[in-house]
Amino acid sequence: MKGTCVVYRKELYRLFASPIFYVVAFIFLALVGYFFYSSVAYYSLLSFQAGRTPFLSEQLNLTDMVLEPFFGSISVVLLLMVPLITMRLFAEEKKTGTVELLFTYPISDRGAVLGKFTAGVTVLTLLAATLPAMFLLEAFTNPPWPTIMAGYLGLLLTCSAFVSLGLFASSLTQNQIIAAAIAFGALLLLWIIIASNPFSRVTRGSFLKYLSLLTHFDSFARGILDSRDVFFYLLFTLFFLFTTLRILESRHWRG
Amino acid sequence: MIEVDNLTKLYGSLVALRQVSFRVDQGEIVGFLGPNGAGKTTALRILTCFMPPTSGTARVAGLDCQQHSLEVRGKIGYLPENVPLYPDMTTRRFLAFAAAAKGVSRARCGQEIERVMEVCTVTSVAERLIGHLSKGYRQRIGIAQALLNDPAILILDEPTIGLDPTQIVEIRSLIKKLGAERTIILSSHILPEVSQICQRILIINNGQIVATDTPANLTAQLQRNLQVYLEVEGPRTEVMQKVEAMAGVLEVKPTNGESSYLVETSRGQDLRPELARTVVESGWQLRELKLQDLSLEDIFMQLVTDEEAGEEQE
Repeated sequence: MKGTCVVYRKELYRLFASPIFYVVAFIFLALVGYFFYSSVAYYSLLSFQAGRTPFLSEQLNLTDMVLEPFFGSISVVLLLMVPLITMRLFAEEKKTGTVELLFTYPISDRGAVLGKFTAGVTVLTLLAATLPAMFLLEAFTNPPWPTIMAGYLGLLLTCSAFVSLGLFASSLTQNQIIAAAIAFGALLLLWIIIASNPFSRVTRGSFLKYLSLLTHFDSFARGILDSRDVFFYLLFTLFFLFTTLRILESRHWRG
Repeated sequence: MIEVDNLTKLYGSLVALRQVSFRVDQGEIVGFLGPNGAGKTTALRILTCFMPPTSGTARVAGLDCQQHSLEVRGKIGYLPENVPLYPDMTTRRFLAFAAAAKGVSRARCGQEIERVMEVCTVTSVAERLIGHLSKGYRQRIGIAQALLNDPAILILDEPTIGLDPTQIVEIRSLIKKLGAERTIILSSHILPEVSQICQRILIINNGQIVATDTPANLTAQLQRNLQVYLEVEGPRTEVMQKVEAMAGVLEVKPTNGESSYLVETSRGQDLRPELARTVVESGWQLRELKLQDLSLEDIFMQLVTDEEAGEEQE
């Protein structure tokens, strides 16, 4: 793992130095802000109505009405934004030739991959940490903090899964747009693998369900901490980090 | 210090290096010379562990480049061709990254960066973004990062390309100075540069080493015939006849000048005194008489074209 820390610091600096991050951050926060506003507005509207119909008020709760859609929308926006952050990680170094510098320093391949991965996760987690919205809720009501914690843990795991796939896509090519397209396509496919299946009713128990990122995120968004989901995300991340490493090593045997 | 045995590298069906072997001793400055696409960069990339050879072995300080990649990389300072740098980092930040990557301790880091910046005279641009700097500065930053952590071996791929004449002179003297205590391999396709800096030259063409020796020996070895430049005021045909008739003269060629000639004599025979006497005794005016050194350039051309001619015959 020699050089992880060095590469991490360099990547973090370069991610923050690039305009891509700020554009992505702006769009991300604007979208997420809008989703948050609309779900809170809808919730408050229903709350007023519930005042007259006690039957409805029993069904109203913050987790179902605000938190779950909020975390869901963050994860979908992340899906769109992560490829833009990760696309340059290896592709740009290959294009500009700095990869020659990187791999002739005494830094191991593992160190480079891990450094870039952790830098990507750090940046995206900072982005996804939309805690001010949660404190806003705290000002008006009594939000269920354990649920919120579970949601953010889910987001952290989602970020790491997305970044590992993005890193893998970036290691395949020296063209950033191709890297982004591969990452986006693969993430979207894995996200909606169930919804897009016309036989989803028939094959509800099929293994496709377990491959979908969506099913595994849902429980986090509802505040359920299921070890199966945690393991799924960790394995997903490890798998793509491993594949990235193999792709990098292939330069040693490819002609 | 560096041992290379039967190195072969294929890019698909393209042969970049074939059966290259050479040795570089400690403290030597060796120049890799060859036309573009000869395999210089490939050889250097294998030595710096960036890519493995298809077959053969490269050893640096007794360590195999493939098996002990990280240790080897720690001993080498490398300036890649075209000097890839991170354009969105300042000079100081980039050097700090490079120093940390090379394992310079945090306590020594600042001092080490100041040292290499001073040596390469880039202190004035320490806080500027690399992307905004001229080619000359970037080249020197490239050399500066190679010098970090004081490596025992420096591998420089075309170190003076893109520099202005004064910078070239500076870099050359810098390399010479560094070479006093280090092993240096540099590649170039500029001949005078290599002959000035290097103690030994490896001429590489089409992936093969075609000659290796000191610049002086190479010149001596390949000088088949001596050429004497002669400028005489006198009737052209008569001068040519008389000189051609002298013993030891192989050929007389008139040059572009009105009254100048190139006299070719066999090797090891300096005919200048005889030439002077003949001219004076014939009553002509001797203007100029000098021995023409076969330049390294000529040798290079000879080697490279010989090789190509040989290949065509195959």
